[in-house]
Amino acid sequence: MSDAMTMVRRNFRHTQRNPGAIIMTIGLPVVLLLLFVGVFGGALQAGSRSGTDYINYVVAGVLLMTVGYGATTTALAVNRDVTTGVIARFRTMAISRASVLTGHVVGSTVRTLLSAVLVVLVAFALGLRVHGGPLGWLAAAGLLALLTIAMTWLGVAAGLSAKTAEGVAPFTLVIQLLPFLSSAFVPPESMTGAVRWFAAHEPFTPIIDTLRGLLLGTSVGDRWLVAVGWCLVLALLGYVWARALFRRDPNR
Amino acid sequence: MTSAIAVDGLRKSFGSTKVLDGIDFEVAEGTTFALLGPNGSGKTTTVQILSTLIHSDGGQVRVAGHDLAGEPQKVRGAIGVTGQFSAVDDLLTGAENLMLMADLHHLDRAEGRRRTEELLDQFDLGEAAKRLASTYSGGMRRRLDLAMTLIGRPRVIFLDEPTTGLDPRSRRMMWQTVRDLVAGGVTIFLTTQYLEEADQLADRIAVLDGGKLVAVGTPEELKRGLPGGHVRLTFPDAATLQAAARVLNNQPDDETLTIDVPGSGVRELRLLLDKLDQAGVEVADLSLHTPDLDDVFHALTERAEVTR
Repeated sequence: MSDAMTMVRRNFRHTQRNPGAIIMTIGLPVVLLLLFVGVFGGALQAGSRSGTDYINYVVAGVLLMTVGYGATTTALAVNRDVTTGVIARFRTMAISRASVLTGHVVGSTVRTLLSAVLVVLVAFALGLRVHGGPLGWLAAAGLLALLTIAMTWLGVAAGLSAKTAEGVAPFTLVIQLLPFLSSAFVPPESMTGAVRWFAAHEPFTPIIDTLRGLLLGTSVGDRWLVAVGWCLVLALLGYVWARALFRRDPNR
Repeated sequence: MTSAIAVDGLRKSFGSTKVLDGIDFEVAEGTTFALLGPNGSGKTTTVQILSTLIHSDGGQVRVAGHDLAGEPQKVRGAIGVTGQFSAVDDLLTGAENLMLMADLHHLDRAEGRRRTEELLDQFDLGEAAKRLASTYSGGMRRRLDLAMTLIGRPRVIFLDEPTTGLDPRSRRMMWQTVRDLVAGGVTIFLTTQYLEEADQLADRIAVLDGGKLVAVGTPEELKRGLPGGHVRLTFPDAATLQAAARVLNNQPDDETLTIDVPGSGVRELRLLLDKLDQAGVEVADLSLHTPDLDDVFHALTERAEVTR
């Protein structure tokens, strides 16, 4: 346990030293929010029939993107540890084996959640109006935290599996493309054909719908079960994959 | 004396490539053992296996009294690794790197800080302590790397090509550190491609080639086992050369006007010169060629090349 804490401290130090990571995980989501509301907001508002402000719709989607950026940063950081040989050094020491991974996951989760808070604050300044109530907000925060942990473990696995930093690119692509093919920015009903079918069935859609419902105080129904289920499946997948990669002999 | 490292029938393949094809050796406690070999001969692989980083395909290994396969965590507690494949943390300062190691060895804060100061001093890194490791020169990184290894006071230290790419001054410094450690009872397992380094530091040397150890022994034993020592005599003209060849019953080199006589001991030399003196043969020049580890290395790895 103390080894994991040491690794978490190491991770926070890295964040201080790596301005790129701060901009990526904390600054970029806010930029994205401004972009969607300020640039696309008007046009998307005009096309929607719901009548609510677009910012109310899009904030859940931007939160998902925030989690995605966090996971991407983690994948790159883990990959850096592998390629530079730092992990090799840790592996030859009598420490808790997975502590270096735990350090990355905890560090990244805290960073991402801080960034999410920032996104919500900026959204309020841009006119976000919510009626979720404390309980809904707490539930939304819980779901976001669960999603962050799941995506971060997937990021750790992606970082371990890639031989170079470039090898992380496919993961980044999938993580940052999938939200566009979900209910993050526009309702799937407005899409066509195969894209519409995909958007309605991919894991991010129920997660975003639930997040949005909890924040805005609209009805969630039993969508939350599907959302939590997906988060758990993704978390387990990421964890098991990462553990298997970490246990096998490293590449020469 | 007890063995710090005992290796019996160690095997390792990557895919269909046999890297280690059954190697055996022992390293006595408090000594330096050097593993020599051409590039790609499996030196690093051997260190990676002995330091628990990768698994072997077969063989028995004990390090610091613990079975490598059965008790890897105990082995890790007794060893330190510095080398090509392990590294320092570029995003931390020199001092932070050392404190990180102190924390992972569960030293308390005060002790960790004290040890960090001590090692920064010892390795001449005091002034750079607050700079990020990414700004360090190659020599500084290597020194920080070794300092990090020493935080936990390991009993057995693996150094994988510790001086490759270092300038001569840094190399001397690294050698002195190794000697000091051994004087303190630490066992050193070292891989190197510099024969001089092995000659300077090692109590015993093993030469790895083609997945097998082609020779194991002290530097002197390895040199002695080699018929490389000879005396080269140079003569003033062809006639003298022919005369000398008759006296010594030896094959002359007509072009360079020289004769190579095997053996380079003092007694052999005196007999040789006496013989020429009595026959009235004038010698223009004489040079001695004692075998060095380079000769050993080339002879051994070439022989393996032929038999492979």
